[in-house]
Amino acid sequence: MEEAYAPPHKDTLLLVEDLRVHFRGHDHVARAVDGVSFDVHTGETVCLVGESGCGKTVTALAILGLVPIPPGVIASGKIRLRDTNLLTLTEEGLQDIRGNQISMVFQEPLTALNPVFTIGDQIMEAIQVHEKVSENERRRRCIGLLTDVGIPSPEARLKDYPHQLSGGQRQRVMVAMALACHPALIIADEPTTALDVTVQAQILNLMKSIQHASAMSVLYITHDLGVVSTVADRVYVMYAGLIVEQGTRDQVFQHPRHPYTRGLLASLPSRSKRGKRLYSIPGSVPNPAFKPKGCPFHPRCSAAIAECAVDFPGMCDYGHGHLSRCPPVYSRERQE
Amino acid sequence: MFSFIGRSIIQKTVTLFFVSVISFLIIHLAPGEPSQVDPMNPKFTPEMVERFRQEFHLNEPLYTQYLLFYQDLFTGKIVSWKDNQPVLAKIWERFLNSLPLFIVGTLLTWTLSFPVGIRSAIFRGGIYDRSATFFAYLLISIPGFFFAYVLIIFVVTVFHVPVIGMETFGMGAASWPHLFMDRVWHLLLPSVLGATGGIAVLSRYVRSQMLEVEGQDYVRTARAKGLAPDQVHYKHALRNALLPFVTMFGLILPGLIGGSVIIESIFSWPGMGRMAYEAILARDYPIILTVNFLSAVLVLIGTFVSDLLYLMVDPRIRL
Repeated sequence: MEEAYAPPHKDTLLLVEDLRVHFRGHDHVARAVDGVSFDVHTGETVCLVGESGCGKTVTALAILGLVPIPPGVIASGKIRLRDTNLLTLTEEGLQDIRGNQISMVFQEPLTALNPVFTIGDQIMEAIQVHEKVSENERRRRCIGLLTDVGIPSPEARLKDYPHQLSGGQRQRVMVAMALACHPALIIADEPTTALDVTVQAQILNLMKSIQHASAMSVLYITHDLGVVSTVADRVYVMYAGLIVEQGTRDQVFQHPRHPYTRGLLASLPSRSKRGKRLYSIPGSVPNPAFKPKGCPFHPRCSAAIAECAVDFPGMCDYGHGHLSRCPPVYSRERQE
Repeated sequence: MFSFIGRSIIQKTVTLFFVSVISFLIIHLAPGEPSQVDPMNPKFTPEMVERFRQEFHLNEPLYTQYLLFYQDLFTGKIVSWKDNQPVLAKIWERFLNSLPLFIVGTLLTWTLSFPVGIRSAIFRGGIYDRSATFFAYLLISIPGFFFAYVLIIFVVTVFHVPVIGMETFGMGAASWPHLFMDRVWHLLLPSVLGATGGIAVLSRYVRSQMLEVEGQDYVRTARAKGLAPDQVHYKHALRNALLPFVTMFGLILPGLIGGSVIIESIFSWPGMGRMAYEAILARDYPIILTVNFLSAVLVLIGTFVSDLLYLMVDPRIRL
C-alpha cells in the first residue's frame, strides 16, 4: 500500500520526512527512529506520544542536531524548518537555529540547569548568543521573561542558583530560557514528568498562555496521555521508531484506529474503571536493534492476525487526516 | 562562615595533637635505638652510650620525653642528635633547596595535565585521545628510577650536561648567564621526572571528570541554546569538571615538605626528602619528628584551604 500523507498545510512550520536515526553498536544497528514523518503548523500544539524507548526523544534531538554522532547516524530523511533543511546545515548554521528559532525544554529541570551559574546568567546567555544587545537591555529582558513565566520578585531571583529554586520554578526558568529569543517552535521533551501534578498543570497552562500570546508552535514529547488530552491540537503516536497513528486529538482519543493507541488509552486510570485491575499492554517495547518482522507491534497485539507477522502496512487513511498503520480490512476481519 | 573557621581550627588542633602522640609512639616503638645505630664504632663505649642517653633524656619515661620534645620544638631550641645543629634551621635550608623542584614540578603537572585531559575528553576515541592514553599508561608503568637513568644518560651524552646535584661543581668563576643556565639544566631534569607520573595520572583524572560532565543534561541545555562548542566545553562543562580538583589543589601543599626521596637521591639533590630519609636511617628522632609534625600541619592547612576554595567555587556548598 502507498504511504498516504495528509496534504501539506499552507503554513507548515516544521516538516519531518522519513527521518531515520540509527545507532551503531558493536555488532548491530539500533534503529531508534525508523522512518518518522510529521509536521507542525504555525501556532499549533502537536504531541508525539509513546512509551519510553520508542524514539521520541531521539527525534526531538535530531531536529536540533543534538544527536551524538558517532555513535548516532542520520540514515535518511529531511527536517524542514520553513524552507531550510536542517540536516544539511553546518554546525554554525544549526547554532543560529538552536535557541533562536527552535528551542527546547528538557525533562529534568534539576539537572538541565547548570548548577554553577546563576539563573540570570543562564537566561541572559541565551539572549546574548543570538542578539547583540547591551548588558542593561539583556537584564531588562531577562526580568521580563521571568515575570512572564510567573516567577515572583524576578530582580532578586536573577542572582539565585538553580538549587535555590523549587522544581516548578526551575522548570519555569527553563521555559523562560527557551522563550528568550522568541522562537517559532518550542520542543518540550517531557516537560512535566519530573513535577508534582499541581505544578504540572501550572506549567502546561503557562505554556498555553504564552503560546496564545505569541503564535508560537509547541511540539510536546510525552508519554503522558493526560498531558496530551489537555494541550494537543494534533497527536502522533509513536511505536518502535515509527508513527503508528496520527490525527487530531479528538480523532485519536475518541476513535483510536491502531491497537497500540487503544492499549495506551485503555491503560489510563479513570473513574469508571475504579476498583478494577488497571489494564496494561502485555510485553515490552522491542529492542530497536532486533525488531520483529511485519508489524513491530504484533507480538504484543491482542488483535493480531496471521498477516501481521509478515506484512507491515503503510499509513491507511481513515478520513479527515486521521491515519493509522493498522488497515481497516484488518479491523473489519477482527470484528467478524 | 566564622563558626566554620572556628570549628575547623579546633578540630584540626585536636587532630594535630593525636598525630603528634601517635607519630611519637611509632618512632619510639620502631626497632633500633639512637644510641646504638653504630655499635661497631669503637668510639661508642658503654660510657658514651650512657652519656648519650642521659643527654637526650632517653632514660626518662616516654611521656616526659614527649613533653620535652614538643617543648623544644615550640620554643625553637630543638637540635639534631647527629650534629647538634638547630633542626628548624636545617629544615629551612633544605626546604629552600626543595622549593624550586616542587614549584617547577607542580607547575608542569598542573599546566600540562589539564589541556591534555580536556582535549582527550572532547575528542574521545580519536587518535589524539588514544595516543594520550597510551603515553599516560606508559609513563605510569615505567618505574621512576629507571626512567631517571635513561634521561640522565640521554642528557649527559647528547647535551654534555652533568645533571647531578644542584649545580655543576667548580662553576664559581663562570659568568652569570652560564651559572643561570647551569642551574636551569640541573633543575629541569628532576622536575620533569617528578612531574611525569603526576601528569599521567592527573590527565587521566581530568579526562574522566570532563567526560562525566559532558554527559550531563546541562551541557545538552547549553548546546540547545545555540552556544558554540568552545563555550559549551570550556564554560559550561569545564567549570563543573574543575570542582573536584579544587580539593586536590589544597592537598598538594604537604608536597612542599615531603619532597621526593627517590628523585632527590638519584640526582643527589640536597632537599627535604633526602634529609628525612637519612634522618630515619640515623634514628635522628628530632628531625624525623619535626618533619612529620610540619607535614601534618601542612596537610591540615591544605584541607582547610580546599574547604574554603570549595566554598568559593561551588555555589551549592554553604558551611
